Amino acid sequence: MTDIDVNKLANAKSKGKRPYFFDDPAVERVLSITMAVATELAVTRERLDTVERLLEAGKSVTKANIDAYRPDDDASKERQQWHADYIARILRIVHQELEAVENEALNADPEKLADDFAAT
Amino acid sequence: MANTLPPTYDRNGRHPLSPKVDHDEIARFNFLTNLNVHIGQRVSPGNRTAFDNRVSPKFKQKTGRPLETRQQVRDAMKKDPFYQCWAALRRNTMEQRQQAGRHVVLRQLDDLIERAKEHNDGKETLKIDPSAEAPRYLAAVDNHCMPGSYYTEIVPDDVLAGANYETGLFVTTAGSMSSKGDGGGRSIVNFVRDRFPDFSPKRILDLGAGIGANTLPLASAYPDAEVVAVDVGAPMLRWGHARAQVLGHDNVRFIHSDGDTVDFEPNSFDWVQTTMFWHETSTSAIQSMMKKAYDLITPGGLFLNVEQPNFKPETSLFDQFTRDWDAWYNNEPFWSKLHVMDVFEVMKAAGFQSDKMFDGGTEADIERGQFQSWSSTVSRHKAEAKDSGDAKDNSYKGERWYLFGGWK
Repeated sequence: MTDIDVNKLANAKSKGKRPYFFDDPAVERVLSITMAVATELAVTRERLDTVERLLEAGKSVTKANIDAYRPDDDASKERQQWHADYIARILRIVHQELEAVENEALNADPEKLADDFAAT
Repeated sequence: MANTLPPTYDRNGRHPLSPKVDHDEIARFNFLTNLNVHIGQRVSPGNRTAFDNRVSPKFKQKTGRPLETRQQVRDAMKKDPFYQCWAALRRNTMEQRQQAGRHVVLRQLDDLIERAKEHNDGKETLKIDPSAEAPRYLAAVDNHCMPGSYYTEIVPDDVLAGANYETGLFVTTAGSMSSKGDGGGRSIVNFVRDRFPDFSPKRILDLGAGIGANTLPLASAYPDAEVVAVDVGAPMLRWGHARAQVLGHDNVRFIHSDGDTVDFEPNSFDWVQTTMFWHETSTSAIQSMMKKAYDLITPGGLFLNVEQPNFKPETSLFDQFTRDWDAWYNNEPFWSKLHVMDVFEVMKAAGFQSDKMFDGGTEADIERGQFQSWSSTVSRHKAEAKDSGDAKDNSYKGERWYLFGGWK
């Protein structure tokens, strides 16, 4: 085996200045790590789904059987639907912020409302 | 209604050279593909809402005048918190895809190199030039966040760049390039057969062909033709050549060279093709390589390019900003300049005649089944080409690629 550091090379930075979009680069760093952790949870969940399907089919749960597993069309769609649902859940706040931009009526300020309600 | 879920990665095409992907690697690709789709379909549209509802009005309120340039739109959008989050997610997802693909290839690199060598060593159809150097437009920046770009070799006989490109293309494009990654080439063939049914090329040159994924459909469509794929990335060519061999394409030659110095006889090709190539070059490279292409094409031969259409007068500032995004944030800086460059003027300067130039659109061709129903995707090329096709042809309602070219 050629002596290469697989993880270091897999993580290599691409040439060119990296853009940071948030006002504070630390926020970007946390988001990046959070999304990587979310990825690994999705990987574990898909593995668990495979284990369940192997058991349901009466097959033994071995590493070889897990790696060899290929979902049929229904299972493939169900697993993709799981990813879609999962991503919608973890990005909830992004979509709520979008709703707030779409509809100003969703943004009433409770401080002002308290005063309003007190006066009416 | 279009299928809103992409195919799972296990549906992606494999061949005897394909890297092994274990269960968790497939699952990682599945998550990243779905995340790409979610960001593209569900989050991206929010940028326009943020622009219309607060970025644009805020600018007008502050300055007393409307936004007037794409640069102003970009500067104004940079401050918007929704856009910031979308952009950070998109950039990060692309970086994750690179990491995931590279890890798959790197952990078995020795084996992949050995297997590629079995199909490459001693073959006349692969020519690697150890003295070839990456031109500045590639050396200065790693296009689309691909560490090491197309040309870097970390070990002798390296195939990393090519194998990683192929392995992750499904994720990057969310499966929209077909299961073999050859959707571009298939669309080109459809276009040429439809538009120029009597054209029967005997010698075809594909400039900047990479691993030749879009070259092979040309070789299939014209089996009697000699097809030459040129690229400056040796790892792309080693992988592409071995891949072509195992896929049964022994009429395709892979030549290592930058397009400028490519050494062929004048008037020796009756078709020179580029596919999504020019936006990763530079002004002087386009000028000199189009001249080179003109010289190489035989009289009556075809020059055809799949690329981004220019901005039109009716392209909104917001759409210009959106279409420029990858230029600034996915390491493809020249793209922004190409959007406003008149490629027909460059062709004219290279020798082509105005009355023999054309442009048009072609239906994106992906195969049947899950890949076909998965038609609404985050693929930037097709999304961009959508409103740019042949205005006379309104029969096709789906995705389109933009092409331009000319006859010598």
